[in-house]
Amino acid sequence: MQLDSLLLQQTSLSGSSQSPRSPSTQPFLSVSVTDPAKLGNGVQSYISYRVITRTNLPEYQGPEKIVIRRYSDFIWLHDRLFEKYKGIFIPPLPEKNAVEKFRFSAEFIEMRRQALDIFVNRIALHPQLQQSEDLKTFLQVDEETMERARSQETGIFKKKPADFMQIFKDVQSKVSDAVLGKEKPVEESNPEYEKLKNYIFELEEDLAEAQKHAFRLVKRHKELGQSLSDFGKAIKLLGACEGNSLGKAFSELGSKSEMLSIKLQKEAHNLLMKFAEPLKDYVRAVQSIKATMAERATAFKHQYELAETIKLKEINLDKLMLIRSDKVGEAEIEYRELKVEGEEATKKYEMIVQLMNEEIVRFQEQKTWDVGVAFHELAKGQAQLANEIADAWRSLLPKLEACSSAQT
Amino acid sequence: MMGFENQGFEEAHLFSSRQEIQSLVLDEPLDGKSFSDYRSAMSSISEAHHPLSPPIVGIEVDDDPLLSPSSYMDRRNPNVSENSYLEPPSYADVVFSPFGNENGEANGFENSTHDSVKSEIISRSASSSSGYIKIAVSNPVKEQEISNSLVPGGNTYVTYLITTRTNIPEFGGSEYSVRRRFKDVVTLADRLSESYRGFFIPPRPDKNVVESQVMHKQEFVEQRRVALEKYLTRLAAHPVIKKSEELKVFLQVQGKLPLPTTTDVASRMLDGAVKLPKQLFGEPATVVAPHEVVQPAKGGRDLLRIFKELKQSVANDWGGSKPPVVEEDKEFLEKKEKLQVFEQQLSNASQQAESLVKAQQDIGETMGQLGLAFIKLTKFETEEAMYNSQRIRAADMKRVATAAVKASRFYRESNAQTVKYLDTLHEYLGLMLAVHSAFSDRSSALLTVQTLLSELSSLQSRAEKLEVASSKIFGGDRSRIRKIEELKETIRVTEDAKSCAVREYERIKDTLHEYLGLMLAVHSAFSDRSSALLTVQTLLSELSSLQSRAEKLEVASSKIFGGDRSRIRKIEELKETIRVTEDAKSCAVREYERIKENNRNELERLERERRHDFLSMLKGFVINQVGYAEKIANEWANVAEETSGYTKESS
Repeated sequence: MQLDSLLLQQTSLSGSSQSPRSPSTQPFLSVSVTDPAKLGNGVQSYISYRVITRTNLPEYQGPEKIVIRRYSDFIWLHDRLFEKYKGIFIPPLPEKNAVEKFRFSAEFIEMRRQALDIFVNRIALHPQLQQSEDLKTFLQVDEETMERARSQETGIFKKKPADFMQIFKDVQSKVSDAVLGKEKPVEESNPEYEKLKNYIFELEEDLAEAQKHAFRLVKRHKELGQSLSDFGKAIKLLGACEGNSLGKAFSELGSKSEMLSIKLQKEAHNLLMKFAEPLKDYVRAVQSIKATMAERATAFKHQYELAETIKLKEINLDKLMLIRSDKVGEAEIEYRELKVEGEEATKKYEMIVQLMNEEIVRFQEQKTWDVGVAFHELAKGQAQLANEIADAWRSLLPKLEACSSAQT
Repeated sequence: MMGFENQGFEEAHLFSSRQEIQSLVLDEPLDGKSFSDYRSAMSSISEAHHPLSPPIVGIEVDDDPLLSPSSYMDRRNPNVSENSYLEPPSYADVVFSPFGNENGEANGFENSTHDSVKSEIISRSASSSSGYIKIAVSNPVKEQEISNSLVPGGNTYVTYLITTRTNIPEFGGSEYSVRRRFKDVVTLADRLSESYRGFFIPPRPDKNVVESQVMHKQEFVEQRRVALEKYLTRLAAHPVIKKSEELKVFLQVQGKLPLPTTTDVASRMLDGAVKLPKQLFGEPATVVAPHEVVQPAKGGRDLLRIFKELKQSVANDWGGSKPPVVEEDKEFLEKKEKLQVFEQQLSNASQQAESLVKAQQDIGETMGQLGLAFIKLTKFETEEAMYNSQRIRAADMKRVATAAVKASRFYRESNAQTVKYLDTLHEYLGLMLAVHSAFSDRSSALLTVQTLLSELSSLQSRAEKLEVASSKIFGGDRSRIRKIEELKETIRVTEDAKSCAVREYERIKDTLHEYLGLMLAVHSAFSDRSSALLTVQTLLSELSSLQSRAEKLEVASSKIFGGDRSRIRKIEELKETIRVTEDAKSCAVREYERIKENNRNELERLERERRHDFLSMLKGFVINQVGYAEKIANEWANVAEETSGYTKESS
């Protein structure tokens, strides 16, 4: 992919939460998720978002469309895409469940809004996913249609537990294979792919750790802010015991502390939104790759097993042909059908492999960019904060000087 | 002048941060997992340093200003920094260089730099520039108690080498070292608190009986060593106490500490009154046991007095009888009240300062962990890199990781400084203890005065009563004496009458011989004679009864006289007691006044020093914050600049 187009994509991505791209001659599709609003009561309550689409793509109904969507609609879109675009790293969604206490906290809602915005824009910018009918549906249909579509998809949701069972069985058979000394489970033994797998797994681990520290850093900022505020108050009170100019100096130190406390809280929020959350998004992206890898493994296994069966069938067919059995015709039909199926499976698998190879490049480039932006935000925020701290304290110095010269 | 001095000590201050940094960093146990993670991360980044250790990282060694401290060394000239104070180009550069002394000194040296600096800090405001005392406590040695302990090895104690360097003329020398044990320090503290009542004597470190049992031995000894050093340094910073005989003796005299140890009741009874330092009073102590009076009745020294004073304090509390002398120093009371408020705020502030330091430490630590996590990621990405984008990302990560680790280090250093500056709050909180005990000296002196006064008045009333009683007795005596006198007179008159009668009887006997023949005459003469004899006899018997009465009366009255005499003696004694008590009272009043004066002086000193210390604290804190914030800002600004490519398009 060209860096230029990547740049364009990325910038529109990061800018989309503020304002959609202005129309240009190039084809564009830009979405913003805005105005979270709490609907319903009690356990039934949920947050709905206004999803605004601006585009010049002819497949779309018009230049601007606004729909109301809720979190489960986004899940619907995600799952549909995951089903249909095997091999593509579907952009990750923010986590479903938060602690109940924070579910409707302003911070959580804003974090989720931002994550959903990024999610849908990533799809809109993805060369293949962009073409998806499901995206069009998601962005354009009215709320009732959307709800119907969503409830129909329960079929897919129902399929999920089966998948889990499959995974469980796989694990079980792997274990028993290992125990019984049977042949190795069917897996790709391509060393390059092995390396990629290891990379992804370790990356997830390392990123998770970094992300954990990032969130802790946010917390630390808040705590320091709180401490500064308390400290400021205590210092002010202590200053009140002093009276005179020294008391004033104390009181000003206290005020500055309280002022800086606010700055720290602000920076904590900034850090959360622009550094910690993107890092978490990175982790999610890696997890989405893992999901794709699971699909690839399934596809590989499928085509491998089919190939094995075909081989058996072929031998069987040869045998039948040798003894001129009357079952030859039937077997031949079965063999041909299987062959077609096997070819399809192989094609599907190869498609996944090819897509993944493309996607990995995309992923790496995109993450370099995302992380770069996050790093920049971190550095900028920290620099600004530190400067503000320095400025605030520095402004006290002349007063303290005056105070100490008045003393002598 | 002021600025210069301050600057000087700030420099020193910043210089000495190593120990604190170390303790802040290394005492903070990183959980095992992440620690080993750091190591694995580090071992492959080709730098051998632990990422959290100061000399650090060298991910970008070339332009790291922290690794070339020499350029800062030059600028650490106080004059330069003084100027920079007002128009700061950048505090980060000019004001300090926390790595000045990093070049691998031995631990001991670090300690001593740190310590001497610390003592300078404390003593700066107390003394004029002329006299200094630097005290170092070092080299703890375990020793065996020589006493007849039954269990061998059971009674051990630790002695510390106390090294003093001074230029104060009273010390008559410049360097001493003695070995003392904690008990000796207790003795010193006790003697000082006796001799310098009303002064704000820095509080002695606790005995920490529990800790000594629970804590690891070495750890405990080290903690105590530090505490002792701090304590002695504070004593040496006190303008009056530093010149005290007690401290001098403690610091100078080799061998056993010659100060009398704490005395319990038993030994006091055996030894009699302890010899207390006489320099309490300029004049020789003539009054009976004045030193007893000028000491609070504590420690089982004088049980009776304790009871009396207890009673007095109870009486004061009950408020029924107004004590003869109340605290009427309005100014003092006001100040005391203000100090109480101050103390409250101080303790609050010191608590908040603690949590601020904690928060700063946490943020620095988390920043460091974040940095390390990215270092690990950097290494990982670099190793696994298949695409150019990964390498670019790794480079970005490296920048962020470096900045984060550096920022973490700055946070930590800044924190070490903050701890030191805000420690002033703690110092003052500790000092408030001393203030309390000085005030309680005062109130106990007042109590003594009150007790003595009430005792005096009761004595006086007793004396008066006795006098009245004895004057009554005298009155009775006089009438008895008069009676005796009268009786004696009667006896005398009777005796005259008797001798008259005897003479008449003799004359009649003579006449009898002349008129022998005359029967009539004889008869009548006989009857005359017998009647005269009767008269004589009657007179005689009357005389003897009178005499015996007189004797009885005399015996009685002599008895009365004897009683009077003893009563008079008693009165005299009482008067003597009153005189003594009065002396004691005036002595106690003097002591009270002295304590009052000490209190006042100390309050003034405290106020003065507090102003100075607090100002220094604020200034130090602020400059430190500014400096490190600037350093951190620079680090991040660089990273922000380097990563600005990512946002240019969108902004």
